[in-house]
Amino acid sequence: MSIRAIVEQCEDIYNDLDFGYVRDWKQRHGAKAMGFMPVYVPREVIHAAGMLPVGIMGGGDAMEIIRGDAYFQSYICHLPRSTVELGLAGKLACLDGMLFPAICDVIRNLSGMWQIMFPDRYVRYMDFPQSWVGPGRDFYRAELQELQHDLQQLSGVEVTPERLNRSIVLYNENRRALAELYDLRAEEPHRVPTSELYLLLRAGNVLEVTEHTAMLRAYLDAARQADRPLRDNVRVVVSGLFCEQPPLSMVRAMEGSGCYIVDDDWVLGARYQLGETPQSDDPLGALVEAYMKDTVQTSTRYVDDGHNGDFLVEQARRRNAEGVIFAAASFCDPALLDRPMGQRALTEAGIPFTAFTYSENTGQIQVIKEQAGTFADSIKLWGTV
Amino acid sequence: MSDATVQKEESMILQKKMLGDHYEKLSRAKAEGRKVVYTFVPGNLNELILAFDMLPVHPEVNALQSGMRKLSGDYIQEAEKLGHSEDVCTYVKCDIGMLKKGNLGPTGEPLPEPDLLLLSYTGCFTFMKWFELLKQEYNCPMVMLQVPYQGDGRITPSMRDYVARQLREIVVPALEQVSGKKLDEDRLSELLASSARAEDDLVKVWESAKHRPSPIDGYFGGVYYIGPIFTAFRGIPDCEGYYRALREEVEYRVAHGMGPTTPEGELRQQKYRIVAEGPPNWTSFREFWKIFYDEGVVMVASTYTKVGGLYDKGFRHDPRHPFDTLAEYCLGCYTNRNLPSRIDLIEQYINDYEADGFLFNSIKSCNSFSAGQLMMLRELEKRTGKAGAFIESDLVDPRYFSAANIKNRLESYFQMLEAKRLAA
Ligand code: SF4
Ligand code: SF4
Repeated sequence: MSIRAIVEQCEDIYNDLDFGYVRDWKQRHGAKAMGFMPVYVPREVIHAAGMLPVGIMGGGDAMEIIRGDAYFQSYICHLPRSTVELGLAGKLACLDGMLFPAICDVIRNLSGMWQIMFPDRYVRYMDFPQSWVGPGRDFYRAELQELQHDLQQLSGVEVTPERLNRSIVLYNENRRALAELYDLRAEEPHRVPTSELYLLLRAGNVLEVTEHTAMLRAYLDAARQADRPLRDNVRVVVSGLFCEQPPLSMVRAMEGSGCYIVDDDWVLGARYQLGETPQSDDPLGALVEAYMKDTVQTSTRYVDDGHNGDFLVEQARRRNAEGVIFAAASFCDPALLDRPMGQRALTEAGIPFTAFTYSENTGQIQVIKEQAGTFADSIKLWGTV
Repeated sequence: MSDATVQKEESMILQKKMLGDHYEKLSRAKAEGRKVVYTFVPGNLNELILAFDMLPVHPEVNALQSGMRKLSGDYIQEAEKLGHSEDVCTYVKCDIGMLKKGNLGPTGEPLPEPDLLLLSYTGCFTFMKWFELLKQEYNCPMVMLQVPYQGDGRITPSMRDYVARQLREIVVPALEQVSGKKLDEDRLSELLASSARAEDDLVKVWESAKHRPSPIDGYFGGVYYIGPIFTAFRGIPDCEGYYRALREEVEYRVAHGMGPTTPEGELRQQKYRIVAEGPPNWTSFREFWKIFYDEGVVMVASTYTKVGGLYDKGFRHDPRHPFDTLAEYCLGCYTNRNLPSRIDLIEQYINDYEADGFLFNSIKSCNSFSAGQLMMLRELEKRTGKAGAFIESDLVDPRYFSAANIKNRLESYFQMLEAKRLAA
């Protein structure tokens, strides 16, 4: 499959706010679909229950907000209002339930709103441990057990250890392919334009995991062969976009401003876990361990040692980045409260940075492009800002 | 001076003295080798802290006091100059700005630095980031107590176990290490028993608002009533004494058909009874309150006064099961309840207190309270047939308190209540 064909397919999925793929998949398999909000949920468990996990990331810039604004004050980020809009417009009717992982107060409260708005649908708020020792581990296991139990009831498919192990293997493969994609982009950024990578990630929110992995593999093969010119761009890490997603036009604008994005944290749930989950007799336990020991540091999580920001510095160094762009959704407390800590760590490490906010339907593309461009130029000229 | 004035003053004097003593102790803490714990109000572990003879400092209380003393605007700007976003919770920025400007407490003396950051909190994610930020400023250990959210509107055994185990296995060892003392469980139980007695009295105070006229204002007056029990005093005899005195004053007012005391005297003519949701504004607290009492509005119940415990719904600290009771307490605070439970609670207040309407003060800083409030308002209007008012302000950022706008909006609201009443 050519790069162009793959990217077009992804763009169709990205633009399809009616979730045609999900409807079609359900019909083909006679099975159910489970939506989830950013950032992370253990998709393996949903998959093992025979359901299609579907990542919902708001309505982007194509969704006209008619009713959603009546649900949120102006000082709350955009993602929940477009999600409400999607729900009220019936576009999420293909989802048999919705998971709201614990990431911030907005998503948390949205879970309760969803319970009221869609009383006949399965809605679950999923808590995650912030405590990285014994009690946290047991608590998370209990959360997963409850989730597993509920999903079994809903789908009528028993989550046996075999089924769960099988799902674990499939998601490991998917993470491996994504890691290769990120590595390739970091090593040879001209081969993997970030706008394409972004679309591939977004497609992973919807596609069944084996299809998505096959797509990633096909893209990797094609990208490695592709003849694309190397530009004199500045290598940057983009940070802070783990939840409300930037519109594709913003990603393109950043890319067109003289930056090679060599790492980022958008659609983070797909890359939340760093390594692989081993197969075991106790696959649920293996998922718990993987979560506790082998996951990223991001704003929705507690950093207890006073070194919030070190992860970002390491990321920039590992990727050989020359600078960091903080891009956060407006009014996103977790990202914006973390930002000064990240900036402090970068300053100490001598890594330049710039910062701006956006929303999923931002109209400020030109301003963002100019800011990223000025940042890139000053690094090129002086190695700093 | 009437009896009533004398009665009124006793609890206020007691509270003032308790606060004075507390700040005095804080100022001597370092010299006397007493350990200081910074910790948050909602779901606080005061009895446990006191069992180790440590002294708590509450950053939100610093922030609200800075707001009332008109210092918060400068502090917030200081934090924004240092790179903190305009978009985030102003309590955090007010605290960081205050820290950068010498951390002066209400007495004008610097507050002692913490020996421990005890990150116990409930109902809001911002607390976690707040202490991460403080951890970068202070060279002291930090320990966390994570309190799961009641996503389904109930406390499950696994949630309770998680909190109780963290207390036993993580929090207590950290307190023991910093204080150099072993936990004395008997002492902890005594403190918890005292808390429960004060809680009994506080509930009587809240419920007095069912009378007509209401002898209390459960929001503007209520924020004073929660002072001792939400902060450094729950568990000690002074706190019990305060609530006993307060209850007696309120009983006196009931017996004499008196209303609550406002900054301009007793509120005699009570035209409307309102239930309030959301924190108040601190920078223009009196001005805000005046809009209501000038119109004869009495706030008969509020949710903000339940962020540190829903005692009126039956919870009491239980000295027989110290860890389970602390767990239950943390899990049950108002903002840790899911949106449907919050709506249920307000609906109950509207019915139980025979309110004419309800007010949402939607706080820009506080997603924990505010996200979803518009929907709560509509649900409540639907369920109760009563009208709600919706205004926007902030806790401590004076830039977001527009007196004229708020007044206009409320005046139209009161007119609507009047019209409804005439039509009824
Ligand atoms: S964008 Fe930020 S504030 Fe908004 S829902 Fe996501 S994490 Fe929460
Ligand atoms: S967001 Fe609200 S609850 Fe959280 S710290 Fe700020 S004011 Fe307090």
